[in-house]
Amino acid sequence: MNMIPATAPAFKPADYKSSVKPVWCPGCGDHSVLLSFQRALAELALPPEQVAIVSGIGCSSRIPAYTNCYGFHGVHGRSLALASGLKVARPDLTVLVASGDGDGFSIGGNHLLHACRRNIDLTYIVMDNRIYGMTKGQPSPTTEPDWDTAISPGGTGLSPFHPLVIALASGANFIARGFAGNIGGCAKLIAEAVRTPGFSFVQILSPCVTFRPDQQRGWKDLVHPAAVPETDDPARAARRLMTDDGFNIGVLYRGKREPYQPAPKAYLAPSHLEAEFAL
Amino acid sequence: MNRPASLSIALTGSGGAGVMTAGQTLLDAATSSGLYGLMTRSTGPQIRGGEAAAMIRLSSHPVQSHGDRFDILLALDFDNVERFAEELPLDSESLIVADPAAGEMPAFLKASGAAIGLVPMAQLAKSIAGSRISMVALGILARIIGLPESAVIAAVAESIGRKKPEALAASEKAVMAGSAAAPEVNVPKLALPHTPRAGRWSITGNEAAAFGALKGGVKFVAGYPITPATEILEWMAAALPQCGGVLVQAEDELASINMIIGASFGGAPSLTATAGPGLSLMTEAIGLAVASEIPLVIVDVMRSGPSTGIATKSEQSDLNIAVYGLHGDAPHVVTAPLSVADCLLTAQWSVHLAETLQTPVIMLSDQSLGQARVVIDRPGDLAFATQRLAPEAASVGYARYATTESGISAMSVPGFPGGQYTADGLTHNARGTPTSQAKDHVAQLDKRQRKLDSFDFGAHWAEIDGEGELAVLTWGSSTEPLREAIAEARAGGTDVKLIALRLIAPAQPGRLTAALAGVKRVIVLEQSHSGQFWRYLRAHYDLPKDAIPIHCPGPLPIRPGEILTYIQQGVPA
Amino acid sequence: MNGGKPAAFDSVAAFFAQALAIEVEAAERYTLLADQMEVHNNKEIAAIFLKMAAIESEHRREIVRRAGDTLPTGIPADVSWTNPDGPEAIAFEDVHYLMTPRQALLLARFNEERAARYFESIAASATDPRISAFAAEMATDERLHVSWVDQWLETFAADELDRADDPDPPVYSE
Repeated sequence: MNMIPATAPAFKPADYKSSVKPVWCPGCGDHSVLLSFQRALAELALPPEQVAIVSGIGCSSRIPAYTNCYGFHGVHGRSLALASGLKVARPDLTVLVASGDGDGFSIGGNHLLHACRRNIDLTYIVMDNRIYGMTKGQPSPTTEPDWDTAISPGGTGLSPFHPLVIALASGANFIARGFAGNIGGCAKLIAEAVRTPGFSFVQILSPCVTFRPDQQRGWKDLVHPAAVPETDDPARAARRLMTDDGFNIGVLYRGKREPYQPAPKAYLAPSHLEAEFAL
Repeated sequence: MNRPASLSIALTGSGGAGVMTAGQTLLDAATSSGLYGLMTRSTGPQIRGGEAAAMIRLSSHPVQSHGDRFDILLALDFDNVERFAEELPLDSESLIVADPAAGEMPAFLKASGAAIGLVPMAQLAKSIAGSRISMVALGILARIIGLPESAVIAAVAESIGRKKPEALAASEKAVMAGSAAAPEVNVPKLALPHTPRAGRWSITGNEAAAFGALKGGVKFVAGYPITPATEILEWMAAALPQCGGVLVQAEDELASINMIIGASFGGAPSLTATAGPGLSLMTEAIGLAVASEIPLVIVDVMRSGPSTGIATKSEQSDLNIAVYGLHGDAPHVVTAPLSVADCLLTAQWSVHLAETLQTPVIMLSDQSLGQARVVIDRPGDLAFATQRLAPEAASVGYARYATTESGISAMSVPGFPGGQYTADGLTHNARGTPTSQAKDHVAQLDKRQRKLDSFDFGAHWAEIDGEGELAVLTWGSSTEPLREAIAEARAGGTDVKLIALRLIAPAQPGRLTAALAGVKRVIVLEQSHSGQFWRYLRAHYDLPKDAIPIHCPGPLPIRPGEILTYIQQGVPA
Repeated sequence: MNGGKPAAFDSVAAFFAQALAIEVEAAERYTLLADQMEVHNNKEIAAIFLKMAAIESEHRREIVRRAGDTLPTGIPADVSWTNPDGPEAIAFEDVHYLMTPRQALLLARFNEERAARYFESIAASATDPRISAFAAEMATDERLHVSWVDQWLETFAADELDRADDPDPPVYSE
């Protein structure tokens, strides 16, 4: 039954929208993801100034400037590191990280492993379109082996990377997959990811209209809600993710690891430490 | 007897013999008797069991660099001791103390012409249950240099702890046995001032840099282990949480630099410490911090390069990468401490500059400063009016990168309502919005350059000492040996002006021109193979026509005597 | 995407809340799509989407007038419907920067039609006769919009363009 909330919501999705207009191609899934971000933040009722969105380089990484939150559009592949420093220094903030399959899994691959292992309370959203868009369509770690491109004529012949399996093995505490075309569904996943303490990883299948027009209709038909409910058992999750068809949508794993948050022990003036040097 | 100004002692032995601990104990004992001192260490490549040398210089006056030669070498054994041959200049005035059981004395020791005193140290140690050969050595050294055995024993007690009375008793016996067995030699004895050492500090350059940064207000450190910078991270790991901050060990240097960018974006004054290989990895993100105007301090404890080079040895050869290593036009600050103790001031100042100018500061320390321990008078307290300019109140249309007169614009931090912006490495306009317009690009390039051009760096830019027609221009760790050479020259009646740059970039041509008033000849001194400092000066400053470079690479330190020769006899072509 | 199953409402106010949310979303979506077209220099389509946005905004105001006192105090942030997007919102992935006016209008028509069907199904299934009546009114509105789009479509000749014929290759930007 549709009910009316007793009070007006504190924030509307539009409160998280900036005046900067996206440069993404019309038809790109990232437009949908941007809306999902805004809806999730409205659902979480977070004041925009309490939210920071950090990104690297690539189409997906343009997202921070399109929001009315604090943002950091850094260098290629290092968004998780930058966000980790920010969250450790400012645990009061809600920190989301936006990335793509090239930025996040290729040049930034090592940081993904260690962000999962460290389990800082971050939400990592990877818009996966299995291609490099901003450099004109080179294969990424998730590109199919036979996808023909100028830099890899006839395809790479390499098995695609399974980011969710790697995230689980590395210690991520929350693992989900969404499809950009389902704006409301992605918003729910992002909100859940933010609510879950520790490192949350959401892979969003976000079609590339320009270099992967095949995804446009194909993915819409392929995605399906995960057939089994989420698990907190890493062994079950591992089996499930290993046998996953790549199009299961929903929360796939939610663990119980405590987030890493080093904290100051005292607030002494530095001069108090000088005794250590004094003879 | 003519008492020497300082005494230099080296202790060598293979790992497990306790050379480093003994060196530290000797320094403690000497400084408890009122002396000042310096200790550096040199080791082989092995993690454990390798040959090691502790090099100590004691003086009744503060000393922060090694002299030209060693008065005493005490070798516990001869295993691979020849590896230290170049680092341990000995001459006919020197004394070598060795164990007759150690075997054939290496040729370089024999060739030095030094007097030799043989003491069966291993045998003596063996005869005292629970004792160590290094304690016997300490007793020998105490007797030779005129240090009371009681001071050594007190220092041993401090080091091994009074909770182990048996170990202490054995050590005491060994020290006394060593003292009794010391060879009768004519080594000049140091005058022991017996002034109370209270108020003096024992500190390494890396500790001083960390402490200075903490005093500067650093609240967040991220770093990746690397020799010879790791001690900064280790000291910070314990100290920072006591002072309201935190440290994170990153997965690599790419992560550590980006972590501190994130933390500083969040409002925490931030620092990382690394060495050349790490700095190389960090350069892309340092450029990001320049473009997005994020205050950062990157301490590069330089070691011999390129590549892995000699990780445990010093060199001033990262100047080029520190000044020129960023792509694009990326104005930033490069500083350099001028002594072990000066690491404190320079680090504190570097934090001040970074926060005030909202730009990265690369501080070029080096292995010879960072890993040297000195006993010095307590450094004076400095206070900088450090403040990161913040927006006053939430305003409509806040422009993070407003093109102000000073180039410095108000930096909002997350949590501040109305101050939201996206920091960006893309060329951006005053609001931070990406643009590829020429006018925006130029306006922001101008603004960032203006921050450095219009800032008054004040008196800390350089240390200037003395007057004379000849000036020696140097930077960083070459300063202390130069000071010593100049003092010697002056004692001999030659006036020489010392100019040591603490601020490498941005260049201060006006200030240097003023400092060079009346100077007719300049020697430029540095520890690099290619003359990086010399070339940098030639590019940015007007030097007198008669200017000559002296540049030699690591790993050997520049010795005061060499410099004195150049001052007195000129530089050979 | 189909309209999905009609929702059940526990009050007239709840119905209006959802109807409003649908119109708000539709208007916002058209505006965003107009922005995209503007950024990509397809001004003709931007103008069409802006006009559609204006129609949806006017429809929203009409609902407010019609609801009168029964209007809920706050528009819920989270009104759900059974399909992923609102019954009247164009999916982002259905547009292309080179789309023609006919393509844009056919898309708009598809969504107006979808909205009409959605409200028709509520009108048919609601147990509260007042909700049925209001839903029927909404459906009539949406049918009117369909007829407007149809009239508009007549002003454009068939001009189907194959997107693969794009004479300009994509550019690199980072």
